Amino acid sequence: MAVKKFMYVNRKAPYGTVYALESLEVVLIAAAFEQEVTLAFLDDGVYQIVRNQNPKLLGMKNFSSTYKALGDYDIKQLYVERESLIERGLTEDDLMDITYEDEGDDWAEKSSLTIVSRAEMAALMAAQDVMFSF
Amino acid sequence: MSMLHIVNKSPFERNALASCLSHASKGDAVLLIEDAVLGAVAGSQVAHLLLSALATQAIYVLSEDLAARGMEPNRLVKGLQVVDYSGFVDLTVQHDKNQSWL
Repeated sequence: MAVKKFMYVNRKAPYGTVYALESLEVVLIAAAFEQEVTLAFLDDGVYQIVRNQNPKLLGMKNFSSTYKALGDYDIKQLYVERESLIERGLTEDDLMDITYEDEGDDWAEKSSLTIVSRAEMAALMAAQDVMFSF
Repeated sequence: MSMLHIVNKSPFERNALASCLSHASKGDAVLLIEDAVLGAVAGSQVAHLLLSALATQAIYVLSEDLAARGMEPNRLVKGLQVVDYSGFVDLTVQHDKNQSWL
């Protein structure tokens, strides 16, 4: 089977709705199919990967640590839209350290996050084979 | 490779339409369904977004959703195209992929 480029587009903040958690679960399932998986974080989706999330007092599971495990599932292309961060008063420093181990480089730990402009995000979308929207 | 972008949220409540239009590529198509059709009315606050997008993208509006909301097709921003459910199906076939802006 030919490898296809799958993009998961995340545009919602976590906890207020179930979109973020559902997206993460579908991504983990998709990881088993050995396709080229990319995650996009734009609009309120950037809040999904912000540091220091603590929904315990809401009685909700803190699933933010799961993003850090994506590298173990060979998902290492997470694109974050710069304009969406700026519009929300956020910077790259507000985001969690999400990394993968590069087997082609003696398992060196590298960041999975790439900050891109809105125009670059549009080009990434255009280059995909399949889109999943959340 | 072209994409069909499907928007279903009112542009007066959510930024889905604006975000969609700022990420759509030249030659893509945009289809407004459900509450998104409300933004297609001429004179709406988002009409200018649709007009500038029409230079590079075709924009379609689902007739059944317009009718349900009491909007006649002649009320729409000029240049928008009205399609029915079977036209919706045709659009999905004509484009390589689709993306929903929820």
